[in-house]
Amino acid sequence: MSVPGPRGIGKTLRACVGDPKVVVGGGFILFLLILALCAPGLAPKDPLEQDLILGVTPPHGFAGAEPGYLLGTDDLGRDVFSRLIWGSRIALTVAFVAASLAAVLGAALGLLAGWYRGWVDALISRLVEVWMAFPPVLLSILLVAVVGAGVGSVIAAIVIIDWTRFCRVVRAETMGQAKSDYVAAARSIGFSQMRILVREILPNVMPILIALISLEMGIAVIVEAILSFVGLSVSSDVPTWGGMIAQGRQMLHQGWWVLAAPLIALFLTVLAFNLLGEGLRRSLDPVMRR
Amino acid sequence: MTAPILALSNLSAISDRDQAPILRGVSFDVKRGETLGLVGESGAGKSTIAKAVLGILPRTVRVTSGEVRFEGADLLKMKAGPLRRLIGERIALIPQDPMTALNPARRIEAQLTDGPRLWRGVNAKEARALALKLLDEVHIRDPNRVLRSFPHELSGGMRQRVLIASAFALEPRLIIADEPTTALDVTVQKQILRLIRNLQSAHGTSVVFVTHDLGVVAQICDHVTLLFAGRVIESGSTSQLLDRPKHPYTRALLDACPRYDRPNAGLRPIPEAVIADLYAELGQSGASR
Repeated sequence: MSVPGPRGIGKTLRACVGDPKVVVGGGFILFLLILALCAPGLAPKDPLEQDLILGVTPPHGFAGAEPGYLLGTDDLGRDVFSRLIWGSRIALTVAFVAASLAAVLGAALGLLAGWYRGWVDALISRLVEVWMAFPPVLLSILLVAVVGAGVGSVIAAIVIIDWTRFCRVVRAETMGQAKSDYVAAARSIGFSQMRILVREILPNVMPILIALISLEMGIAVIVEAILSFVGLSVSSDVPTWGGMIAQGRQMLHQGWWVLAAPLIALFLTVLAFNLLGEGLRRSLDPVMRR
Repeated sequence: MTAPILALSNLSAISDRDQAPILRGVSFDVKRGETLGLVGESGAGKSTIAKAVLGILPRTVRVTSGEVRFEGADLLKMKAGPLRRLIGERIALIPQDPMTALNPARRIEAQLTDGPRLWRGVNAKEARALALKLLDEVHIRDPNRVLRSFPHELSGGMRQRVLIASAFALEPRLIIADEPTTALDVTVQKQILRLIRNLQSAHGTSVVFVTHDLGVVAQICDHVTLLFAGRVIESGSTSQLLDRPKHPYTRALLDACPRYDRPNAGLRPIPEAVIADLYAELGQSGASR
């Protein structure tokens, strides 16, 4: 019953579309999503195809550029543009899956801590504090090194480290909502605690949770890049932005574009996720809309 | 003489934090179809009593003695499951602030029929028919639009009407009205009071009306219980308590109220001596007031 009907969705959509941050951030993410999904069709070249004669070709518009290689080639003659498009697949997969899973885990624990208070809260909050004392990048490298490289391990590492962000915010928000009169009213009707938590409080925590998920996707993209940079993500024959950055760093003096292209892609993607998160937080909140 | 719907006897409670008394042996009865005004200044224990009856006392409040009997059953001794059902079906709340008492993320239609859907197993179609009937009873003109609305799309008066409609949804025996008009402006306040009054007599519901406004008490209550610092100071029929108050605090409180029938009489603050006497009776200084 609490699922918004057609009118509610329409209104929410209109509020979102009216927000320039959502339009710009969401638009870029959507564009990226289409690129990633259609990578086999859209990428002009095979991202793994080497052509040593055409190695270190500068991007389009620079002296010595080759037609058909928009962003130039790396030292092995692979098309940077195609590798960038294929790399977005890993980046977005990790962003969406890791951020969602971290949100589910963190929000569940945050709801419980904020609602039951007492020892449940004490236990979860201490756990969060201890967790956050670990340096995150070091911990993720350690985790992946122990579990073994691969997309699954990268996702697991992000979830295990970053659930605390969700937990803390959702806990505080739940505590605030639990004090409101509508919760007292729901209790006096006789709803069970679980039902109040899931059906009454969660929908009100949702806007901030969605905003956080978007921000977390930005963070996940960076973490994935860091892990591929140090070679702990997927195997090196799959193009990733972090892998491209690592490769570009080594050949910076021969061809700066090999480093610049993935860096700019990374920067724009994280910026877009942050804009989207910020915009969604404002336009999804039913109380702020009144 | 019929048995009272609600009977509090010697109810005492303390704060779990500093052991300070919140209620000190409160007793009163509410009979079938009657409206009892529960009056007192902030911190007098009105809301604690309301929460005790509704089974939603905060964990920081501990009941030390006494009974809350509803239709003969002591609510304080009941098991959680049956208690939830008993209170959910037969006791309803009209909350204080219509701005915060509706869930901002849920539509009116869903919120209005929460009770019937939970306890009567009413399906979606029946719930909608019931919701329309309820909104009609509280004189909402455009019920279909209101049902589709979210709370922030309605005015304060409309929301309070929705809350009243929702309180009557299960035809409860007792309604706790927790200062339902304080957040509304005076003209709307009057309409809402009349609405509660009419619905109450139509359904034969008993009402405990929590308020600090003696003007509201004069309009709607049959009996009044005046509280101070968790203790009953004076109890009686409304006319008796307002016209022939016995206790000095009651008299002082009436003198401190603005009255339209004697605009030039001025307002007198409650004399310090009266308050000091009250605290002397309680055996403590007035410092905690």
